[in-house]
Amino acid sequence: MKKLLFLLLFAVLPVQATTLRWAAQNDILTFDPHSQNHTTTITLVMHVYESLTRYGKKYDIEPSLATGWKEISPTQWRFNLRKNVKFHDGTPFTADDVVFSYGRIKQPQGTMQIYVDGVKEVRKIDDHTVDFILAGPDPVLLRKLTDFRIMSKVWSEKNRSQNVQDAKSKEETYSSRNANGTGAYILKGWEPDKRLVLAANPNWWDKREGNVTDVIYTPIKADATRVAALLAGDVDLVTDLPTQDVARLKQNAALKVVEGHEVRTIFIGLDQHNNELQYSDVKGKNPFKDVRVRRALNMAVDREAIKRVTMRGLSIPAALMIAPGVHGHTTELDKVAAADPGGARKLLAEAGYPNGFEFTLDCPNNRYVNDEEICQGLVGMWAKAGVRVKLNAIPFSTHIPKILKHDTSAYMLGWGVATFDGLYTLQSLVRTKTTGADGSFNCGRVSDPKLDQLIDAMKTETDVKKRDGLLRQALVMTRDEAYYVPLHHQMRPWAMKKNVSTLHRADDRPEARFARID
Amino acid sequence: MTGQRRVLRASIRRLWQHDLAWSLRRSPVTLVAAGLTLLCIAGALFAPWIAPQNPFDPASLNLNEAFRQPGSPGYPLGSDDQGRDLLSTILYGSRISLGVGLASVLFALLLGVSLGLVSGYAGGRIDAFIMRVADVQLSFPAILIALLVDGVARVSLPSHMGASIAIPVLIFSIGVSGWVQYARTVRGLTLVEREKEYVQAARVIGRRPIAIMLAHVLPNVMGSVLVIATIHIATAIITEATLSFLGVGVPPTQPSLGTLIRIGNEFLYSGEWWIALFPGCALVILVLSINLLGDWLRDALNPKLR
Repeated sequence: MKKLLFLLLFAVLPVQATTLRWAAQNDILTFDPHSQNHTTTITLVMHVYESLTRYGKKYDIEPSLATGWKEISPTQWRFNLRKNVKFHDGTPFTADDVVFSYGRIKQPQGTMQIYVDGVKEVRKIDDHTVDFILAGPDPVLLRKLTDFRIMSKVWSEKNRSQNVQDAKSKEETYSSRNANGTGAYILKGWEPDKRLVLAANPNWWDKREGNVTDVIYTPIKADATRVAALLAGDVDLVTDLPTQDVARLKQNAALKVVEGHEVRTIFIGLDQHNNELQYSDVKGKNPFKDVRVRRALNMAVDREAIKRVTMRGLSIPAALMIAPGVHGHTTELDKVAAADPGGARKLLAEAGYPNGFEFTLDCPNNRYVNDEEICQGLVGMWAKAGVRVKLNAIPFSTHIPKILKHDTSAYMLGWGVATFDGLYTLQSLVRTKTTGADGSFNCGRVSDPKLDQLIDAMKTETDVKKRDGLLRQALVMTRDEAYYVPLHHQMRPWAMKKNVSTLHRADDRPEARFARID
Repeated sequence: MTGQRRVLRASIRRLWQHDLAWSLRRSPVTLVAAGLTLLCIAGALFAPWIAPQNPFDPASLNLNEAFRQPGSPGYPLGSDDQGRDLLSTILYGSRISLGVGLASVLFALLLGVSLGLVSGYAGGRIDAFIMRVADVQLSFPAILIALLVDGVARVSLPSHMGASIAIPVLIFSIGVSGWVQYARTVRGLTLVEREKEYVQAARVIGRRPIAIMLAHVLPNVMGSVLVIATIHIATAIITEATLSFLGVGVPPTQPSLGTLIRIGNEFLYSGEWWIALFPGCALVILVLSINLLGDWLRDALNPKLR
């Protein structure tokens, strides 16, 4: 018996466990990969489930479960699937699983359909080949597919999880608590609001770049507690850092802070549809329809002061509606002019408002980094140009339905770009609102036929050079017509112990396969 | 002229020799408390003339002046995250705190006294009904009721009125949460007074009930009501500060003391201690001195303790 124990110990020794303990603000909503389009949820799900394509270190497209692809025609793409890949339960990965997952993600109770938007059909050619039939040419198909995760057909049917969990009715299914992917990590257990444990998959087809074999994810709601856990050494990595604590953490010799920006732009939108502003003292006309007024509001904002004081250096002042890292962004276009309240006053006088005017600014107070504080700062900056702003700071859950109903004159919103391509922003925010994805978050109802034309042309333009030209033209037009007041691109610092190193991700999704603990 | 002066002098002497004045002179703690209260009230009243800056006027704020240390030129107590001078903000903020406190006490007093009078004088079913409502309300903490009323009012009123109705809503919610004490005391006293000869006499000569309540009963219960009110002011100020600290009180562009403490709380660990500390001190001084005054008034007006 003793001998056996000794042998066992010996057998275990060479496989050293390296555990990454990671804490962030929110818990995941579900483990069903097709249910919730929510960043934290996706981040953990993508450790277990994989897609046909994935992002590399620089957000270029890499083959994942597909080894290669070919455009047979602009509306038909052929994908060769990786052979000898097994799900965590041992069943082999085949074309049937892709077809099954496509049918599953399309189900209306989920919120992930956007990632296969424009795909009409997925056709099995043989066990390791599938064809994607598209409604029209799609230059960003491969980027969208990074978030289309593949489930095992056999496993799902065996566990009666063919249907996507309906989160709205608080449904629980087998697949919302258990997982069976092909990914680098295997789900070992999840106690909601407590912890989630992942272990490395020894049979993964790729090699992990780091050495992390186990991941323990702990959601900690309170900012101060999360930071304290890191300081006490209870966790190795903390994301969702409060800005005012970053400087203190940087000075701590036992820690390091990795800074990187998020592909999210914070901006102010203006009602440009109503003929009379709903919440203003201007009667009979809408000042925001005048480009001079919109430019004046842009000129009066001191983005550097917001960066230095409110964000403590953790923002990139923005002139463009897309962040660095999003295709279409260049530093040369995104140059911010210094604040000029005097010039803004002059422009307002030219537009017929020598004494300024008053409007109400709707602002969330629990969504973006320092959102309410930024809005308060704006009130002061615009006051110096003579514009009197009433601030209506409310929780995001009441803010978002209000602005989606267009029940607003001016509002703050942040826009992140999952596809790393400028079209996503332009189509959602600038394109004239119709049903569907066009103008889905165009809450101020910006409408410019010329921009619509550019955006629609971009959607199906497959010539890269031509498309880049269209994108640039549309971005510059949006900026110069001042349809929005961009404020900044958010920075998202991650704090970790000195011996931990990981790749900062601009989509704010840490990936354990890149992490090392020395 | 000399006649007038003589009358004035006589009335001052009478005031000086009054029981209350005598007991005030004998209590140094109360004198200090009264002095501090007066100082706070004066600071709040004359804020526009004393304060170096108007922190409620966004045009006068400069984000580049934020987080100044206490003692920096122009910022004797430092500045907060929006570049507001803390001293000015405390002066203006205590205006809101005192204003909301006084107004909500007045509101609670009017509501409580009238319900108490009606309840005690009318008796029967009306009395039972009002007192059961009071009992139910007493089983909740006042802060919970204020939160509830505030929350419901915010949701049911149109959201664009947001900032402009915030203070009336706050006054209403704190007032509603505090009327029970008045009603119970007044009812009890009214029950006693109702049976006294002078009330019966008034009834016999045919005065209407309302007139009897207001002209005869009310003056005889006012002493106790005033004592409750004085102590209630301190409670109301604390309730306002708590609501503002929780973020449901006054709009962030017009911070009261509670809002300032909430803002400062976020920066306590990052080294900007003064944003929470000074408003906190101001709140403690204000509430403590009003409380001491209230205690003294209760003792001074209570013949049994003399």
